[in-house]
Amino acid sequence: MNLSTATQAETATILTTQRLCKNYPMGELTVHALKNVDFELREGQLTVLLGASGSGKSTLLNIIGGLDKASSGSVIYRGGDLGKLNDRELTDYRRHHVGFVFQFYNLISSLTARENVALVTDIANDPMKPEDALALVGLADRMNHFPSQLSGGEQQRVAIARAIAKRPSILLCDEPTGALDVETGKLVLTVLNQVNCQTQTTTAIITHNAGIGALGDVVVRMSSGQIAERIENATRANVEDIEW
Amino acid sequence: MSALNTKLLRELWTLKAQIASIALVVAAGIMSIVTMRGSYESMVDAQQQFYRNARFADAWVNLVRAPESLRSSLESVVGVDAVDTRVTFIATLDLDDSGIAAHGRFISLPEMGRPLLNDIVMRQGRYINPGALDEVIISEKFAKAREFEPGDSIRAIINGRARVFEVVGTAISPEHTYAVPPGAIYPEDERYGVFWASREVLGPAFNMDGAFNEAFVSLGPGANIDAVIKDIDNLLEPYGGLGAYARSDQISHLILQSELDQNRITGAVIPVIFLGVAVFLLYLVLGRLIATQRGEIAVLKAFGYSDWEVGGHFLMFAVVAVLLGGMVGMIGGALLGDAYIGMYSTYFSIPNLTYQLSFPLMGFAFAACALGAFTGAVAAVRHSVLLPPAEAMRPEAPANFRPGFLEKLGLGKLMNATGRMILRNMERKPVQGMFSSLGIALAVAILTIGFFMFDSVYYMMDLQFRQIQREDLNLTFREILSEDVRYELANLDGVSRVETYRLVPARLRFGHREDEVAIQGMEQNGEMRRIVNAAGKEIPVPASGVVISAMLANRLGVTSGDQLFAEMLNGKRRRALVPVNGIIEDFLGLSVFMSKEALWQLSDEPGVISGALLAVDENDRETVQRSLKEMPAVTGVASPTTMLKSFEEQLAASILTAAGFLLGFASIIAVGVVYNAARIALSERGRELASLRVMGFHRREVAWLLLGEQGVVTLFAIPIGWLIGYLLSYSITTGMQTDIYRIPFITEPRTYFTSALLVLIAAIASGWLVRRRLDRLDLIEVLKTRE
Ligand SMILES: Nc1ncnc2c1ncn2[C@@H]1O[C@H](COP(=O)(O)OP(=O)(O)OP(=O)(O)O)[C@@H](O)[C@H]1O
Ligand SMILES: [Mg+2]
Repeated sequence: MNLSTATQAETATILTTQRLCKNYPMGELTVHALKNVDFELREGQLTVLLGASGSGKSTLLNIIGGLDKASSGSVIYRGGDLGKLNDRELTDYRRHHVGFVFQFYNLISSLTARENVALVTDIANDPMKPEDALALVGLADRMNHFPSQLSGGEQQRVAIARAIAKRPSILLCDEPTGALDVETGKLVLTVLNQVNCQTQTTTAIITHNAGIGALGDVVVRMSSGQIAERIENATRANVEDIEW
Repeated sequence: MSALNTKLLRELWTLKAQIASIALVVAAGIMSIVTMRGSYESMVDAQQQFYRNARFADAWVNLVRAPESLRSSLESVVGVDAVDTRVTFIATLDLDDSGIAAHGRFISLPEMGRPLLNDIVMRQGRYINPGALDEVIISEKFAKAREFEPGDSIRAIINGRARVFEVVGTAISPEHTYAVPPGAIYPEDERYGVFWASREVLGPAFNMDGAFNEAFVSLGPGANIDAVIKDIDNLLEPYGGLGAYARSDQISHLILQSELDQNRITGAVIPVIFLGVAVFLLYLVLGRLIATQRGEIAVLKAFGYSDWEVGGHFLMFAVVAVLLGGMVGMIGGALLGDAYIGMYSTYFSIPNLTYQLSFPLMGFAFAACALGAFTGAVAAVRHSVLLPPAEAMRPEAPANFRPGFLEKLGLGKLMNATGRMILRNMERKPVQGMFSSLGIALAVAILTIGFFMFDSVYYMMDLQFRQIQREDLNLTFREILSEDVRYELANLDGVSRVETYRLVPARLRFGHREDEVAIQGMEQNGEMRRIVNAAGKEIPVPASGVVISAMLANRLGVTSGDQLFAEMLNGKRRRALVPVNGIIEDFLGLSVFMSKEALWQLSDEPGVISGALLAVDENDRETVQRSLKEMPAVTGVASPTTMLKSFEEQLAASILTAAGFLLGFASIIAVGVVYNAARIALSERGRELASLRVMGFHRREVAWLLLGEQGVVTLFAIPIGWLIGYLLSYSITTGMQTDIYRIPFITEPRTYFTSALLVLIAAIASGWLVRRRLDRLDLIEVLKTRE
């Protein structure tokens, strides 16, 4: 099934932000990291976030993912306002609804690949089996390796398996290929793309690589804390075809 | 300011809580030396000075009566330096206010000049005037307890006649630093005082004109005390000599000395524990701080900073902790020492008993702690600083985890991922975990030792006053009385039961060994005074022969069934063989028991008694006391219950104080170890913990992961601490044991429970402090950076 064929009207919105602002008061002057951002994620779609360094991509993703709180404006997830949740409820939101992948893999060094995934499935409501999640990212045969025994790309794929094993509603990836070479980066993107298609997990990927935009249903370009441009791709490119 | 110093100041500020907890351990170490050793030295100084100023004698002897002319014979005994004689008696005091009988030990003073030996130290008023017949100096404690001042008068019954004395002064003496009335083992200042009066008054009053009933000597250099005692005994035998004894057996000195010995031992053990912990903590904290700064050290060195500059920079953390701790420790130690000595001066009358600030001691304490701390710090710094920059710049080899030993045993299968993380982290750094456990174990051990000491004192008191001495009143008589007195006593209103006893001083000999003792003749089926061993088990009084303390048996080399040669030291001074019928394990190893009838036979003095035990109805106690006051033959009325009560009150107070200190010290150690280990773990693993929070782990779950390890370390430490405490308590017991005295080795389950509980509370409190930091963990900050 190729989701890119669906039109916007047919696809439900899973998360929207309204006039979202994030300010960092730094003594006399204030850094406006986000300025009245209206943004949305649609069910099953893959959104690619582009933009210069310091344009506010990570800030937006962190607020959407319940890691950070907005200064003003609201984030509505399936009809509920994230801004109204306390710390405990935000933790539960992350626990059951959101999967994260970061530039640095952040695996637990004392646990094997399978155990790193199990860490999440232990506490989720309706998780995959850790073995299945690892099979999905092509690491079925490296399950009992510790992080120090895996390459960077393999570690990142474990991180992806860990993020998707709970069957999150939203998968948020902040520069998942940032620390990897081209070939490995492509492999990781293939995995993400595949997960998005096979499990229909709503996905957002931050990247500096404009070429990757072709992969997504939607490309959002940020600049100085605002959304500068929003493009909907008629068709999604294959990973092998993108210019790196 | 140089950039390096700015870095130092900022990091000191960030690490302030950790630095403070190390400084506290250093402070506790210095404080324990300054307080305990300092108090000990001050007490020994005061004791020595007191003994010197008062010309405290080396040996004493009591006798029935000898002419003053015998003095020159005593002086010619080989080894004797100086001799002094005096007249001393116990008299009933007639204090109008209360019905309780009070007694005074009257001691003669030469009318002209001061005593040659065993002088007194005036505290108030003046010395007696020559020729004044009614002047008396009283002991300071008694004066305070009874609110007597110079100018007041006191009535006493001297040899059956009432006499009024004028108090002209108060004084103290090394013979009575710890003043115990006859028949008692604990001071009762309300009921017992020492009265010094002119020999011209006491001699005639007690029919001792030109004679004496007590003599004491000082020894010349190199004299053999045993030989001197033997010679004195031979010399005084015809005059009713009761056996000479050395200073080491003088009751006041004995008690003060055993107190000092105890202080010497604790003053050595406790500081060593603190020093050990301080060294370990500095090693741990600095070592890990440096490990996290590996890259920065490399950069500093790459820029051209020398090893010394970099090493010095990190050592400054130790310097700050040691200086802070040193300051707190020295000031705190001096204050605490002052309070500690203050506590002692309520028990012991010693002049100039104040805490003496000793700068050499402080210097030593500081140097010892600083040396210990720097050993730990240098060991930690050396490794990283000596690394070549290029190597140091590379991140430390990634932690290489593999399923460890415990997991291979199958333990891993029983655990969830969290449990496995805890387990593997511990398996990877077993040495650090072990050291942490050892530190916490020492905290448990300190408490265990403290409680053990209280328990053993309490056990002895309980045994003495609830098992052995079960009478309500214990009467001592001025001289032996006929057994018939028991009917007179039984007829007193309120007395429900009377038992009598006979005490005979004797010399026991077996082979070439001998010992002077008091043989206690007791009623065979007595209910109030029994033979009870250390375990609290009653041993029946044998119809014939003696039951003796195991320690005495050991000294004499006798076993059950042997025949002892006994020589009575008073009355007819009969000599006879007596069989050893039993040996009893007890704490004061001087006891010789036999039945009263058998003792009568042995000493060939039938039907006489030295004292009586009364069972008295609680409500009639005052009536009985009042009647006893009218009996001049009764020179001592001791009440074990009153003694136990006042003892327990004092014990409770000192237990509270001491427990407070011990608890403070133990908490400093426990907090120092747990807090630092958890803080370090947090800085090492903050990243992992933040990732878990991002994945939706709750604060409590993440805290469990971080603190679970400390919990395991703490739980592991507790049994080790018990073991160390047990062993140290045991060695303290044996260390303080002499051949006439031992303390019970009591380990109550309560001791273990309480020491573990208190340390657990301290550990949980430290965990809670770290948990608050964990709750404030900045998730985004951590994820932005590479490891
Ligand atoms: N904790 C903070 N305190 C102050 N300012 C901050 C903080 N975090 C982010 N900012 C500022 O907010 C702005 C947006 O930061 P953000 O991390 O979202 O950028 P980004 O688009 O992800 O950049 P990059 O591509 O480099 O990761 C930046 O100007 C940054 O300096
Ligand atoms: Mg970013």
